[in-house]
Amino acid sequence: MSGGWPAETVGVVLLVAVLAFAITRPRRLPEAVAAVPAAAIALALGLVSPHLAAGRARELLPTLGFLAAVLVLAHLVDREGVFEWLGERLARSSRGRPRRLLVLTFAASAGTTAVLSLDATVVLFTPVVFATASTLRLRARPHVYACTHLANSASTLLPVSNLTNLLAFGVTGLSFLSFTGLMAMPWLAAIAVELAVFLRFFATDLVGTDGDAEPSPSCHGTPAFALAVLAAVLAGFALTSPAGLPPVWTAAAGALVLAVRGLVRGTVTWRAVLAETAPLFLLFVLALAIVVQAVVGNGLGDVLTAVVPRAPGLGSLLATAAVAAVLANLVNNLPATLVLLSVLGPHPHPGVVLAMLLGVNIGPNATYVGSLATLLWRRVLARRGATPGLREFLTLGAWTVPATLVAAVVMLWLALLVTGRMGA
Amino acid sequence: MTRVVVWVSEGTWEGCVDAAARLAPPDADVTLLHVTDAEVVAAASGAFEGLLGRGRHDPGEAVRELAGPAERRLLADAARRLGRPVRTEVRTGAVEREVTAACEGADLLVCARDGRRDRLGPPSLGHHTRFVVDHAPCAVLLVWPDQAPGLDSIPPEPPHPPHHRPGPPRPPGLPPP
Repeated sequence: MSGGWPAETVGVVLLVAVLAFAITRPRRLPEAVAAVPAAAIALALGLVSPHLAAGRARELLPTLGFLAAVLVLAHLVDREGVFEWLGERLARSSRGRPRRLLVLTFAASAGTTAVLSLDATVVLFTPVVFATASTLRLRARPHVYACTHLANSASTLLPVSNLTNLLAFGVTGLSFLSFTGLMAMPWLAAIAVELAVFLRFFATDLVGTDGDAEPSPSCHGTPAFALAVLAAVLAGFALTSPAGLPPVWTAAAGALVLAVRGLVRGTVTWRAVLAETAPLFLLFVLALAIVVQAVVGNGLGDVLTAVVPRAPGLGSLLATAAVAAVLANLVNNLPATLVLLSVLGPHPHPGVVLAMLLGVNIGPNATYVGSLATLLWRRVLARRGATPGLREFLTLGAWTVPATLVAAVVMLWLALLVTGRMGA
Repeated sequence: MTRVVVWVSEGTWEGCVDAAARLAPPDADVTLLHVTDAEVVAAASGAFEGLLGRGRHDPGEAVRELAGPAERRLLADAARRLGRPVRTEVRTGAVEREVTAACEGADLLVCARDGRRDRLGPPSLGHHTRFVVDHAPCAVLLVWPDQAPGLDSIPPEPPHPPHHRPGPPRPPGLPPP
């Protein structure tokens, strides 16, 4: 079976089944449980040729390797006490003032997201921020929401800040530094707009000064070794990229150094380190990419090709970002990125790819769980009393996402103009 | 016996406790109430779900675990500051609904204004406090979290537009202009 509507229908059914399983997670089974058989069916029915599938797998391997390395790196950095140290720094520097703490939380979340990717901000830094606000007797809500928002909107700076960036980095044809250079102003603009909205939106929660409270004595010394490794990894990304070395090796080297240190000191175990590589998740991404290929290669691609612009003018960049943000909110930004990359083809204009990334990275703030599909599922659970409604979070998303996205895309357009990449 | 509920909330709790100490009858049955905002826990968990299975530890769980001890420390400090025997009550959920529910059977709720002191006006009640003021099933004592502002903090009345300017008193019986 290849081409035509029967193939397209089967492909769509497979993709919907994979995404539905990943979102509902029956019996908390891993996402790969549905994705791998679906990819196998797509291959068996000839929706994707084995040759094409092998090619996609080869392209994805460095990206998945990097993801595994950075997940381990973030875990080890956490074990070295970097996030607790950061929390203590925030508590001291904020002097108990809520607006000051919010600005510092923005800076720390944006930095964590850029260097260690959004996963670290969501999983490791958010609880630290909650603890910091609670210790200072300040309301945690603005600060926790800041982490969840910046994990998305500050994940545009480096090719390594978000899995979506890594997936798209190869097709941009840009170097590590060029990518970062073009995304620097959009990144700053997005953060500035978010901050302005947050200060207004949470004005009534940013109350109190903990003037009497002595800053708690530091329980943790400065984790100098881990910070030095992080700085070296960051420098390594920039230095090795021109030599054509994928970032996976730099991240893996950093993770290895910290793992050996942790093993020698007995603070981590091999088993824990290997578990942090999330092997089943990597398998899920690989299988998902093959299923997406089955859908895009059999008709849906043509539909989306008509919708997604290719030229790098301001209007086109805004339209690309908007389509990407909508698609990311319908499903999740990971499948959305895979679909859009397939649609854009092998040699898209780098500006269009970057605008697409702004859309899929910033867009998920509109639905706090990353997609409308997940949100609807949570509403089903909420009816059973499992989760509260989050009208406030959705209102915040409605305020921030359009403004952040427009500001970031305009900055991208300016960066493309200034660097003479408009016609590239 | 008068039953008083004091809503202890981060950022404004000291003002509420001080007001209760000053104004509640000496024999009042005082309850210090703290509500953990379930939306904060849900936001952390929600962001984690957006990662589609990356990372093995739900930060919402971590936040929930941290919230308990922080809440107990805050209530202990509030009780110490009040300096008289009190009950404490902890709840988790939608803050405004939990506070109103906790006021059932109470005679008085003590709660504080929110927002910035340098910009007084309607936004000095956050939407949780607004809901509580509107729906509490008892009298509400709304206190300033710190010192009450002077009357000079009220901006001067704006000048009336010309057609609204009051004219000289009209003799009775005349039709309006």
